[in-house]
Amino acid sequence: MTEVSMTVNGKSIARDVPDNTLLVEFLREHLRLTGTHVGCDTSQCGACVVHIDGKAVKSCTALAVQVSGSDVTTIEGVANGALHPMQKAFNDNHGLQCGFCTPGMIMSGIDMVSRFKAEGRDLTEQAIRHELEGNICRCTGYHNIVKSIQDAATKM
Amino acid sequence: MYETNYHKAKSLQDAAALLSQADDGAVLAGGQTLIPTLKQRLAAPSDLVDLADAGLAGIEEASGTLEIGAMTTHAEVAASEKVQKVIPGLACLAAGIGDPAVRHRGTIGGSLANNDPAADYPAAMLALAATIVTDQREIAAEDFFTGMFSTDLEEGEIIKSIRVSAPERGAYAKFPNPASRYAMAGVFVAKTASGVRVAVTGAGEDGVYRDAGIEAALTADFAPSAIDGLDVAADGMMSDIHGSAVYRAQLVKVMAKRATEAA
Amino acid sequence: MSDGIGARTKRKEDKRFTTGRGKYTDDVRMENQAYAAFVRSPHAHAEVAGIDAAKAEAMPGVIAVLNGAELTGDGIGNIICGWAITSKDGSPMNMGAWSALATQKVRYVGDAVAVVVAESVAEAQAAAEAVEVSYKELAAVTMSDAALETGAPEIHDNAPGNLIYDWEIGDVAATDAGLASASHVCEIDLTNNRLSPNPMEPRSAVAIFDEAEDHYTLYTTSQNPHVARLVLSAFYQVAPEHKLRVIAPDVGGGFGSKIYIYPEEIVCLWASMKTNRSVKWTSSRSEAFMTDAHGRDHVTTAKMGFDAEGKITGFKVDTIANFGAYMSLFSSAVPTYLYATLLSGQYDISNIHCNVRAVYTNTVPVDAYRGAGRPEASFVIERMLEVAAREMGMDPAELRRRNFVQSFPHQTPVIMAYDAGDFDGNMDKAQAAADVRGFAARKAEAASRGKLRGLGYACYIEACGIAPSAAVGSLGAGVGLWESAEVRVNPVGTIEILTGSHSHGQGHETTFAQVVADRFGLPVENIQIVHGDTDKVQFGMGTYGSRSGAVGISAIVKAMDKVEAKVKKIAAHQLEASEDDIVIEGGEVKIAGTDKKMGWHEIGLAAYTGHNLPDGMEPGLKEGAFYDPVNFTFPAGTYIAEVEVDPETGTVEICQFTAADDFGTLINPMIVEGQVHGGVAQGIGQALLEQVVYDDEGQLLTGSYMDYCMPRADDVPFYTIEHNSTVCPNNPLGIKGCGEAGAIGSPPAIINAITDAIGAEDLAMPATPQRVWAALQAAAPRMAAE
Repeated sequence: MTEVSMTVNGKSIARDVPDNTLLVEFLREHLRLTGTHVGCDTSQCGACVVHIDGKAVKSCTALAVQVSGSDVTTIEGVANGALHPMQKAFNDNHGLQCGFCTPGMIMSGIDMVSRFKAEGRDLTEQAIRHELEGNICRCTGYHNIVKSIQDAATKM
Repeated sequence: MYETNYHKAKSLQDAAALLSQADDGAVLAGGQTLIPTLKQRLAAPSDLVDLADAGLAGIEEASGTLEIGAMTTHAEVAASEKVQKVIPGLACLAAGIGDPAVRHRGTIGGSLANNDPAADYPAAMLALAATIVTDQREIAAEDFFTGMFSTDLEEGEIIKSIRVSAPERGAYAKFPNPASRYAMAGVFVAKTASGVRVAVTGAGEDGVYRDAGIEAALTADFAPSAIDGLDVAADGMMSDIHGSAVYRAQLVKVMAKRATEAA
Repeated sequence: MSDGIGARTKRKEDKRFTTGRGKYTDDVRMENQAYAAFVRSPHAHAEVAGIDAAKAEAMPGVIAVLNGAELTGDGIGNIICGWAITSKDGSPMNMGAWSALATQKVRYVGDAVAVVVAESVAEAQAAAEAVEVSYKELAAVTMSDAALETGAPEIHDNAPGNLIYDWEIGDVAATDAGLASASHVCEIDLTNNRLSPNPMEPRSAVAIFDEAEDHYTLYTTSQNPHVARLVLSAFYQVAPEHKLRVIAPDVGGGFGSKIYIYPEEIVCLWASMKTNRSVKWTSSRSEAFMTDAHGRDHVTTAKMGFDAEGKITGFKVDTIANFGAYMSLFSSAVPTYLYATLLSGQYDISNIHCNVRAVYTNTVPVDAYRGAGRPEASFVIERMLEVAAREMGMDPAELRRRNFVQSFPHQTPVIMAYDAGDFDGNMDKAQAAADVRGFAARKAEAASRGKLRGLGYACYIEACGIAPSAAVGSLGAGVGLWESAEVRVNPVGTIEILTGSHSHGQGHETTFAQVVADRFGLPVENIQIVHGDTDKVQFGMGTYGSRSGAVGISAIVKAMDKVEAKVKKIAAHQLEASEDDIVIEGGEVKIAGTDKKMGWHEIGLAAYTGHNLPDGMEPGLKEGAFYDPVNFTFPAGTYIAEVEVDPETGTVEICQFTAADDFGTLINPMIVEGQVHGGVAQGIGQALLEQVVYDDEGQLLTGSYMDYCMPRADDVPFYTIEHNSTVCPNNPLGIKGCGEAGAIGSPPAIINAITDAIGAEDLAMPATPQRVWAALQAAAPRMAAE
């Protein structure tokens, strides 16, 4: 057991957890933030993507103790009163069907748009598709996910 | 995941001490390979020693030589102006490892210590004749990689940094496994002061290796066309459900051409 | 009507999903939650010699370790296949016993032999590893053709030679005669690759036993909670229906794999009673690859004859279908009534014969996966037409057009009676949108870059809304295939629709509301769709086979007819007019041609206050309907794929994918197009990337995403979608269904495009870079010789 303290969605929290607790287990089971999902066990599907200190990370591939002291944002913390432009874009462009991969898609989408803007790079369709390598969707055929991110990129 | 004890090392010395005290300790770098392995219950280290706060991240440059801290992430290498200036092919390689979330946490030291036969970095290190600096010594890349998932690192030895110098020309081309996106054939081609060096990852049965045939061809003429007539042998190539040895040999040849073109 | 039928209304359900507030089964956690972990066979075929749980039982947190003998001892019944198929010699199918926990024998890697219930997932897993099972290994067989060979290991005692059934359809003599009269006969051998459905949400179950009430609740990842309750109750004797509530909350995709009732759900319910705890199990992805029902896995040879004008004279097909180790719920129907009955395709063919042999192997059970039988049929027909056209030197589109069914209704020789369609129109639209005329120039330009460009067609037809119940019953179905709905108008005029359809990505909460909004002129915000809970919804057959629109919505329409009739009676009474003069428009109930009217909410209030209703009328405004279709519906379309092959590596890039579909009436084109996108991507996955592989010992080689290749965003293009709707004459709104078409039509289109590009026909799915490159190497000497 180790005490883990971090800021999650703007709130300071502290919990004693076993050292082998994954960040995603910490979020889902200890904090009951169930918007972050687990879709695989090989760190490939991206349903569990959250932001740690502003960067997209797979929460299934980090221990809670490792990120103690960090600032974590989950899908539940993205909207600030109104929906985030990325969340709205997914609704506007039918970027989701069953919704299971959606939290990870939105977190990855926000990360890529912010990063490309900060680096002054052009987020082309091809770049979006390449950036989504670690996010698997089985429903949408990606068409409307790519459209959603393109749309949000013009509004973020 | 089995139970384990986590420690965050404050320094390299601290890490070495923690490791030596552990029954069966493991170094935790970015965790992008180790944690999936632990989750699958394929390993059960008694202790994990996290290097995140050990002061091993960062990139220095001095007269064409880069010193890359072991805990520098793939994303940092990819975005580094120093790397982009001195060895653009290395920045480009780092930008193609895994996916963005993996690149945010995975580190160069972790990747090298693991020496996955399909990882990208080993090809660059071998082709660029890099030096792997540990807490105990300096190891030439040539001596460092000793076969699949195996390196020259001693028990408890920790990678501190990687020293790598700019080639005259150099680039990496990778053909990813469609499923895992690891290299099915990744070729780093470098024209250095000491000659042409070509290193191949993802294809060889024993992990990363130098291809003497392609090196000879490119030494004669550093151009994609020099590889055209070459016969890359299937002997010693991996064969699995994704690609036969014959197909991997073909990919090595094509990736070598494409890397040369990009160099 | 801004949100009525045909509107691209944005989805009402999205907010909870985009903000992380969806409620999936694994998100449910009860007060007294315990966790299950299964002890699974590492062998594909073995006798279970003994189970020693002593060590596991002593481990921390362990509540119980339970096995198959205890399960059967408690009277839990075997898992069954619900569709009886009769072999051509009149004998019934050979269904082997399948216990939720194996007793004497295990038959595939992953077959469960025991379950550990513990205080935490980690403790359950640790104890499951400590259960000692002694196995006596037996030889295994994984390939369907090998399973039929003499001397192959036999998997079930009552299925000699591993044969489940040997079934046929059509007139063999007439078909042989048709082939004999042909001026050209085309012959092909095909494998339809085995796939893992892979909804992104892994299966999960939370079982809750209430000892005081002797009542069970099951939260589960199901496409059909009522069917689950029926089967759990009637066949597995877990609990009688009135003592079992099944809730399928938000479900993260299904694609068929969540139709079935799996061992884990049965065991969780039973273990909940045994331990008096709520028991939860959530599959890992690795477990999903090992235990979720797979799809496809056909080996087929086919012959088609053509006369001198290219008219089809006969079509003969022989298929072996791999069923895995046990017969899953609808497995038997997939390669028979959902496959062979579609072998006429879009074509006017007088003579068709198909023989199907279903076999056991030491692999996970195979059942319906998006398309279920129809993708396999479409692949055989559409590869055949393309290969034949090339052999005869004809334009593949022209050969298809010469054989298209031109008038409706059209009776095929394999049961189906097509009711409506416009096959030439679909082809016209697809060819225009794909700019087929410009293909030669694009091919030449690609060649200048060293790339091989190819174009391929597929003209698919499928059958949705499998029905009517009496007909499927006569063919062996164990259930009826109708749907039910209840329309509840509340006193304030808002509406709840209780439907037996289940939405797990299809957007029912929006489209179903649009249908109601359209009918009564109400805003969609005033309409709530209720589904997925056997305590709330009267009954339902669930969502699969693209049936929710054609069958589920039709049931809602029938119930709305009854509501409308009562509303008109109330309005006529209150407004002192004739019922015939009452119209419902824009949320108001009016006397036509006058300004006399009542608001919708006033009708609701009148119905529930009961102060002033016509004589003898019951108060309230709630109507239900059960809708049983009179026929299948027949969506059809033309798909055109254009690809570029890199001859150096064999990599295939899909440059353009065009779909022109006839789905009948579209409720929400945005959602329909989303269904096509997803279906096409799964078809691209089948054609290029996905395949389940077992080794000869029955070990699964594609047990994770490291080896099973899922389509990623950079594997697929933006798709071009066209609609060419003809109205389905057999249901109230003219809907045909759109859920599976994409997965049915796309694989042959892609393979036809690649084989066009490389000039070689011998190319198996998935057409991986290695296979394409190898096919090019095999073809190169031939091309050089030409």
